[in-house]
This record gives sequence, structure tokens and C-alpha cells, in this order.
Amino acid sequence: MKKIKYSEITPEKIYKNRRKFVKDLGLAAGSIFLSQNLITSANANIESEELKLTDYKYVTTYNNYYEFGTGKSDPVEKSQKFKTKPWDLVIDGEVEKPLKLSMEEIKTMFPSEERIYKLRCVEGWSMVIPWLGFPLNKILKKVSPTSKGKFVKFTSILDPEQMFGQRFPILDWPYKEGLRIDEAMHDLTILVTGLYGKKLPNQNGSPLRLMVPWKYGFKSSKAIVNIKLVEKMPVSSWMKASPNEYGFYSNVNPTVDHPRWSQASERVIGGGIISPRIPTTMFNGYGDEVANLYTGMDLKKYF
Amino acid sequence: MKKYLKLSVFVLSSIPFLLISYKIFFNKLGPEPIKEITHFTGEWTLIFICLTLSMSPLKRFTNSIVWVSCRRMLGLFVFFYATLHLLTYVGLDYRFDWSPILDDVVKKKYIFIGFAAWLLLLPLVITSSQKMVLMLKNNWKKLHRLIYVIAIFGSLHYIWLSKTIFFKPLIYFIIIFVLLALRIKIKNGKMNYG
Repeated sequence: MKKIKYSEITPEKIYKNRRKFVKDLGLAAGSIFLSQNLITSANANIESEELKLTDYKYVTTYNNYYEFGTGKSDPVEKSQKFKTKPWDLVIDGEVEKPLKLSMEEIKTMFPSEERIYKLRCVEGWSMVIPWLGFPLNKILKKVSPTSKGKFVKFTSILDPEQMFGQRFPILDWPYKEGLRIDEAMHDLTILVTGLYGKKLPNQNGSPLRLMVPWKYGFKSSKAIVNIKLVEKMPVSSWMKASPNEYGFYSNVNPTVDHPRWSQASERVIGGGIISPRIPTTMFNGYGDEVANLYTGMDLKKYF
Repeated sequence: MKKYLKLSVFVLSSIPFLLISYKIFFNKLGPEPIKEITHFTGEWTLIFICLTLSMSPLKRFTNSIVWVSCRRMLGLFVFFYATLHLLTYVGLDYRFDWSPILDDVVKKKYIFIGFAAWLLLLPLVITSSQKMVLMLKNNWKKLHRLIYVIAIFGSLHYIWLSKTIFFKPLIYFIIIFVLLALRIKIKNGKMNYG
């Protein structure tokens, strides 16, 4: 298997990605300022703060992955023996050509590219991670969704033998998530196979996970085995656990609080004890690209 | 003997404080240092609440009053760690930015109940001296039963701030529940509960 080292990735690409990121953040912050009047102080330092890649050490040791325990360090400690080979992904449901692909096939059919995304957790922290992945729409186009395929349901692996967390009723196992078809087809939505130029570590959702950068982190399922096109809006594991706290959309939105805690600001992982909270931006800074998906929708109602 | 006991309880109870100080000075707090300090001081507050509540049952089970002599100090350590916890949230996390803090206190039930628990600790700290015990007589006992309310508030605070009750919030809830339930039993069995 060919491995790309992070240091080999062309600086131009990173530069371009970063410039794009700055632009997105700037616009998003501006729009919030106008519409909500929330941010009254100048946030000149946000870009440089948010753009700084989170240390590999933190990206791979500070995880939410309840299949391996509810503590942040549980996943790295308890997932190292998790078997990711062989691994098959089934794409079926309301499609013309259902597919079953092995990870090897996926890696050859869909070459990964680097995407630097900000990850905002519903708990109020964020990281900036250089993912390796490919747009989900590439794989969806291969199966030709029918007109009934209005939503996409993601199901993660069920394996209580290897995942001790699944032996407890923490969530409705296996982990289930969903996207509306237009969200799933969006170019920013990627399936991830690696990070920092390396193979995806087990604790980050190896061998295949989702990354939807404008939604809270829990929307991006890990260790996916099934992608199903469905007609009705799927019920995610978190919606089932607490319907008034976790909505289907779960777009990053500083103006809609979690019922129990505020979403107005976030802590940057790895910033150290002196780094201040930063204001959370609408759609996690990707409003420029995705706001049009939600035109006319009441995002307080459809949280 | 009793003096040495108290000294050792004091030294032992200070260990968490020394540990977190060491971590702060040597930068060993990991990816989210402020949250680490918040959670550390919060959890130790709960542990000291449990320890404080354990003294009366231990007295009963072991037929020894030695436990009760530590209770006051353990209670003061509850206040010490609770105050560090509060200061971390207000000072380190929110940089004394009062508007979001007040907003949270009013709107977010876990903050509200946590803050309420800290406020309820104040009368207990103020009346913790021997002089106050003598002055307040029977009222002192009644007043200090506030610790039961504080314990419940503390446990709820932890449950409400967590995404799921599994596992630690549930464990502390069970421990506190058992410690309080033991008292109900004592009360029914013996009229002269103290």
C-alpha cells in the first residue's frame, strides 16, 4: 500500500485550502454579526488561531468513540486491537446498482485527497485536522440513487466482542447517523480513509468514516459498514437517546444552544491554558458553501 | 494520636491539589487543560462529598467515633475543591466575562444547580468552627444537613452536564444515593440519630 507522508503534500495545496478557509470564516463571522448581532468584539485573531493544525498527538488521543468507552482517552487505549481487515462496505437501499466494496477496492477506486477541515464537537471544543478522503458523492454516483432515495443512512459496525462499550445501553447500537441526500451529495462531505498523511488510526474511526465539517462531530460516523439510501428521514442513535437535545440536522449553530449548555463559543484543542475561548461560527465557518442547502428553513426548529 | 490522624487526613486531602498544581506548572494537562482542571476539581469535590457523608455510617458500622473527628476537615475540603472548580470556570474558562456566565447560570440547569450547591456550602463553612457549634446548638445539626441537598445537587450537576449518564455520573449518583439511604434507615431505627 502506498503511503503519502504529510511532509510530501504540496505546500501550494495547503496554502490554497487555508486561504479558502480564511475566506469562509470571515464571511461566516460577518453574516452572524449582521443577522444576530452576537459578536460585538473584533475577532481579528480567530483565523490564525483556528487555522493552526491540531497536533497529531491530540487528534489521535482525544476522541469521542463510545463503542470503546465514554472517556476521551478510552478510544486510543481500547481500540488498538480492533480488526479492520477484512472490511466490506455495502451501499444499498433506494439505488439502481447496489454495491459491496472491500476497503482495498474503495482505496483504488476513489483516490484520497487532503482536506483540512475544522471539527466542532457538540461538547464545545474544536480541532483542525488534515483528513485524507474523497467526496461521498463519488461513491453515491456509482450506485445511482433512485428518486426515492431522499436520505442517506449510515450504519457503523456492530461488534460487542471487540467494542466493549456496545455491551452497555449507552446508545442504540450499532451507531446510526443520517444526512439528507443534498447534504450527502455536497462536495464538502467526505468519506475519510486517513489523516495527517497516514492511515486512519482505529480511534479515529478506521477504516472508513464520514466527515461533514459544518455539522457537530457526532454526525460524522466512524467505522461505517453500510450506506443505505432511504425515503424517510432516518433516526440517528443520538436522536433516539435524547430527541430534544440532538436533532437530525445538528448543524453547527452558535445561536441555537444545546438545551443543557451554550454553543456560542468553543475551546481550541491544544491551545494551552492561556488560550481563550473563540466564538463559534455559523455552519462552523462553511456557511458560504452550505447555507443555501437550508434556505427558508427555520434552523431553530430543525436543529 | 488524634492529632496525627488529623494531620494525615489533611496531608492526604491536599494530594489532589498538589497533583493538579504540578500538572499546571509542568504543562501535563493534555489537549484541553482548562477542561482538565475543571473536571479534576469537580470530581474531587464529589469525592470529598462522598467521604464526608461516609463518616457517620462508618461510625455506626465500626462503633468508633474516630471518623467523626475527620468530618469537619473533609467538609472544608469539599468547599476548597468546589471553590477551585468554580474559580476555574469563572476565571480560567470564561476570563471573568460575566455576561455569558450569568446567562449560563440562569438558563442552563447544570450551571444553576452547581452554583446553587456552592452557595449552600457557604453557611456550612461559616458555621464550621467549634464556637459556632456551641452557639447554634441543635440548629447547627439541622443546618448542616444541607450537605445532603448539596450532595444531590452535585450529583445532578454531573449528570446534567454529561452527554450520557454512563458511567461515572451514574457511579457517583449511586454512591451518594446509598450514603443518603443509609441515613434514612438509621433515622427509622433509632430516634436519637445524630
